[in-house]
Amino acid sequence: MVLKYTFKTATRALITHKVRSFLTILGIVIGIAAIILVSSVGESANNVIVGELGGLGAETVVIRPGKEPKGPTDIAETLFSDSLKERELEALKKKGNVPDIADISPEILVPGSVSYAGETYKPVILGFSADFMTDTLGLVVSEGASFGEAEIRARSKVAVIGRKVAVELFGNNNPIGEQIQIKNNKFRVVGLFEKRGQVVFFDVDELVLVPYSTAQTYLSGNDYYTQIIARAVSPEKVDGVVYDIKRTLRDLHKIDDPEKDDFYVQTQQGLVEQVESIIGVFTLFLSLVVAVSLVVGGVGIMNIMLVSVTERTKEIGLRKAVGATSKDIMLQFLTEAVILTFAGGLIGVIIGVSLSFMVSVLAKLIAGFALSFVFPIVPALVGIFVSVLVGVVFGIYPAREASKKSPIEALRYE
Amino acid sequence: MSLLQVSNLIKTYSDGTEALRGATFSVDRGEFVAIMGPSGSGKSTLLHIIGLLDKQTSGEYLFEEKKIADFKEEELAMFRNKKMGFVFQMFNLLPKATVLENVKLPLLYSHLPESKWEDLAKEAVASVGLSHRINNLTWELSGGEKQKVAIARALINKPEIIFADEPTGNLDSKSGQAVMDIFQKLNKEKGHTIILITHETYTAEHAKRVLSIKDGVIESDKPITNRRLASSFFK
Repeated sequence: MVLKYTFKTATRALITHKVRSFLTILGIVIGIAAIILVSSVGESANNVIVGELGGLGAETVVIRPGKEPKGPTDIAETLFSDSLKERELEALKKKGNVPDIADISPEILVPGSVSYAGETYKPVILGFSADFMTDTLGLVVSEGASFGEAEIRARSKVAVIGRKVAVELFGNNNPIGEQIQIKNNKFRVVGLFEKRGQVVFFDVDELVLVPYSTAQTYLSGNDYYTQIIARAVSPEKVDGVVYDIKRTLRDLHKIDDPEKDDFYVQTQQGLVEQVESIIGVFTLFLSLVVAVSLVVGGVGIMNIMLVSVTERTKEIGLRKAVGATSKDIMLQFLTEAVILTFAGGLIGVIIGVSLSFMVSVLAKLIAGFALSFVFPIVPALVGIFVSVLVGVVFGIYPAREASKKSPIEALRYE
Repeated sequence: MSLLQVSNLIKTYSDGTEALRGATFSVDRGEFVAIMGPSGSGKSTLLHIIGLLDKQTSGEYLFEEKKIADFKEEELAMFRNKKMGFVFQMFNLLPKATVLENVKLPLLYSHLPESKWEDLAKEAVASVGLSHRINNLTWELSGGEKQKVAIARALINKPEIIFADEPTGNLDSKSGQAVMDIFQKLNKEKGHTIILITHETYTAEHAKRVLSIKDGVIESDKPITNRRLASSFFK
């Protein structure tokens, strides 16, 4: 039988039952749309996070207090760990302990808000070394000046602030030289960061950066660090630096068993792997859900195809009487099932791509998150392929049933 | 040389019904044979077997001297397609397809080049006098017109033989006469061999020879002496 007519016959049969055909493929449509959405948004999110982590620099090493988090409760534990203090910082600074460190700074995250002349704003308050910020993370102080070692030693109450913080507190006025209040302490604004947006873990525009020594003394009220960030002299030295840091801290804390570490060390590479594995697990889980929905969709196809075969018993008989072989009949019904699922897949791809595009637009609009939209060409092709496969797998049984009908019984069927 | 030849044909269904109990006869090229019998006599079963739609339980069937029992499914389909045409009591058309598309149906399973299909189909439709209805959907047609479409469909591959199973059973007498007229013309002018199944003596008398079947055996085999001509009905 000429393939063109197989298609024509199949299409006509499907168009005859428009509503039924549409309802039948709905499961496939949803399943394929979900595949596209999940993989496309997952991919974009992955790109964004990995891109952000790239901003951290391949040389950067982060030392955190507490046990390495393996689950949500472990993260809570790290927030209250006090294993990183000045003693640890000094040990790590010694060239004899960790020779390949180019720069190192502790970081203290202070919860709270800032206020100026009755305006209050809740920024990200960070105690840090400004040099490290500018050198390693590439932040630029566009107005005023940064603070340096002198201010850190003197525990000066100075701050470099982000653009958004400046606008919230000062409007259009120049903030340089003004006094802002953080937790009952007056800090003088000495510099303003260039507008930059999200960098790694925080939004530069919402940042209030103060010397870490000052943060400890006046703001956090304790002597431990949220984390210590170090920079290796080159990316090749990162592994060695990590090794040296671990050895130094274990010596200092008298730990023999690495299982009992009260700190952990992260590198950009490690973080990227971690993020990718989390997104991977997430994607796998969603893929399983999608697979289930496709199987359900496929069973729906099979059901309707069986109904269709019964309804058209007489037609099958006639076709056999005028010369159709069992193979012709089988091919005809299989084509019908595949056209159904292919159409479902196509609609699913269109919906999935549209939704992914909307998500990227909404992410930008609502969260200010630059989730770039990439046309998911591979997921789209996979989606189409999978839908055709579903058509073949679930269409073959009804098609066989159709082809097995004897022409006599089929012709007699009322 | 007979076109088809059956000897001692027996058909027993799985429920034990003996539809055929040793039918024997032969049909030559160019004959117009009516197989007549009351319902349950086995005439439809016989037609299905000689039309290759069903298989006998035992006995021998030769079509063009070939033993049908030896044929594979694909060969049977090919024979039905090329050498046989079927006309059913219930027309069995595809209602949502046009007259032309219905007539083309057997061509889909033939190996004729597609470029010839249109002309062949139009020719077949013209031969039953329905050229003016060519693009109508078949459910829009009257019963008589539907049966003409079915005849055109049976003719399309220029078969050796046409099997007609109670072709006038669902038609008023005028339409029935028109259908019989077509069969007589096909037989006379084009030399088609026709086997007609009917339970009416009146219809059977349009053929040239009548086989009476009862309880699964051929009771009598006689030429029709006073043949009815359908064309005279319209005069």
